[in-house]
Amino acid sequence: MIKLKQTKGFWLSILFAFVLFTIVQVVISSAMINFYFVNMILTMGIYIILAVSLHLIIGITGQFSIGHAGFLAVGAYTSAVFTMKLGQPLLIGLIAGGLAAAMAGMLIGIPSLRLKGDYLAIATLGFGEIVRITFFNIDYIGGPSGMMVSQLTTWPWVFGCMLLTILVIRNFTNSTHGRACISVREDEIAADAMGINTTYYKVVAFLIGSFFAGVGGALWAHNFYIIQPSQFGFLKSFDILIFVVLGGLGSMSGAVIAAILLTLVSMLLTEYPETRMIIYSLILIFTMLYRPRGLLGTKEVTSLFTNRRNKKGGPKDGNRHTVA
Amino acid sequence: METDTPLLKVEQVGIRFGGLKAVADVNMKLYSGELVGLIGPNGAGKTTLFNLLTGVYVPTDGRIFFKGENLRKQPPYKITKKGISRTFQNIRLFEELSVIDNVKVAYHSLAKHSILSSILRLPNHFSGEKEMEEKALEFLKLFNLDQYRDDKAKNLPYGQQRRLEIARALAANPELLLLDEPAAGMNPKETAQLMELIAFIREKFNLTVLLIEHDMSLVMGVCERIYVLDHGQLIAHGTPEEIRNHPKVIEAYLGEEVS
Repeated sequence: MIKLKQTKGFWLSILFAFVLFTIVQVVISSAMINFYFVNMILTMGIYIILAVSLHLIIGITGQFSIGHAGFLAVGAYTSAVFTMKLGQPLLIGLIAGGLAAAMAGMLIGIPSLRLKGDYLAIATLGFGEIVRITFFNIDYIGGPSGMMVSQLTTWPWVFGCMLLTILVIRNFTNSTHGRACISVREDEIAADAMGINTTYYKVVAFLIGSFFAGVGGALWAHNFYIIQPSQFGFLKSFDILIFVVLGGLGSMSGAVIAAILLTLVSMLLTEYPETRMIIYSLILIFTMLYRPRGLLGTKEVTSLFTNRRNKKGGPKDGNRHTVA
Repeated sequence: METDTPLLKVEQVGIRFGGLKAVADVNMKLYSGELVGLIGPNGAGKTTLFNLLTGVYVPTDGRIFFKGENLRKQPPYKITKKGISRTFQNIRLFEELSVIDNVKVAYHSLAKHSILSSILRLPNHFSGEKEMEEKALEFLKLFNLDQYRDDKAKNLPYGQQRRLEIARALAANPELLLLDEPAAGMNPKETAQLMELIAFIREKFNLTVLLIEHDMSLVMGVCERIYVLDHGQLIAHGTPEEIRNHPKVIEAYLGEEVS
């Protein structure tokens, strides 16, 4: 019974995703909207990838990492080198960007995941800055003035990567391995005492999360014609962190919704440059005042439709509430 | 009884935190199937000893053998896999997880499906998860917790949380169960139920139990042997009867006699 319901929900989500994809694709290719909005949709998709990947690290595994822009930068530059300098297609660039970011995730993860809470936050913040400064000083990739990248990112690429990110992280979360990660978040000492190799699962979460951040970075690089180290400062990390916290720590659909809403708000407010940051900040403050646990808390959107079975941190079935 | 090799053998174990000797020169032997009590005044080092046995702390002196194997420098999760499981003095459940998921976490080390097969949703992911679900549900029924299966662990009444913690510890399939003040904060009726439960699981799972408890009447009632710890050192060991009349124990609990 339950399984049948879940399968039904799964196929419904797939159908929904397909419909969504087609509508947006038609809208874009028929040139109904201008470049500005196309760009907004692509940016939204990339932010969703980044938010969901960070959600796995912070929301599920409870490792407070604020160096996500570092992985974004590694993915962006690696893919740009592959496509622009080595003449490889975008797909190779995406995979290379993801793998390079995952490597960076492992390198930073293994030593620093012994740290807890705010200490880990500081260490990952430092990592992000090190990455930025490193790229700043490498002439091969343009140093401070950045690197020219051709515009290759299109809606099908963004959508495909977004779907892949959501599916992989959802499947991981809804398994015994995801539960192991949640148990680390809930109580590391108890998880250890239950036979969970806590370090291993922290590194795995970091690895998967940074891989998709790298993929997001690769898409990012091929969307804006130029990448510069200054785009990947710690403020970028905080932007992604805000999606995760505002959506509700532990809720993937929350992270997705927050990424959509905040990107929309931020884009709409560009018409009022003088008050933009003030309004944006006020929205954040009021959301946190009225929904201190985030928009969705630890729930998922799908739990609004299903019965009370859905009570854990992870979603029971996928949702594709993406670009609207 | 004394002819078997002990299940757990603690040899001259001690730990220092800086200059403070929290536990020193502890010798202990637990034989298969025993229910042994560990008592002592506040701050005697009882929980510290548990942390040494489960690998949370690494002893600065001495050695610990479990089934003849030296546990030195084994991380806690490996010690759990070898068959020592525990509960905590202040309950440490996975609060945001449902009751059944709490038990499933303890089954994790038995999982046959890999991360990759879960991500790709291969058939052995489904069979593995289903097997876990069934086992966990069976377990909850045994502890009369199945009515709460989908409730968050933090929403359970206090007594049930203790029960769930014991259930979770047992789901990790231990041979030696360490219970750290399981009756703390319980009323006499709940305590009596708890004692029944402990007797029941001991029988059912063929367990050896080491029990920390403050409630003297409880310890005296159920334990076959008792170790007494004071200021980090074992001051007495014997049957409840011997312990009751042991001058050092009386001194530790009631203070020295005025001469």
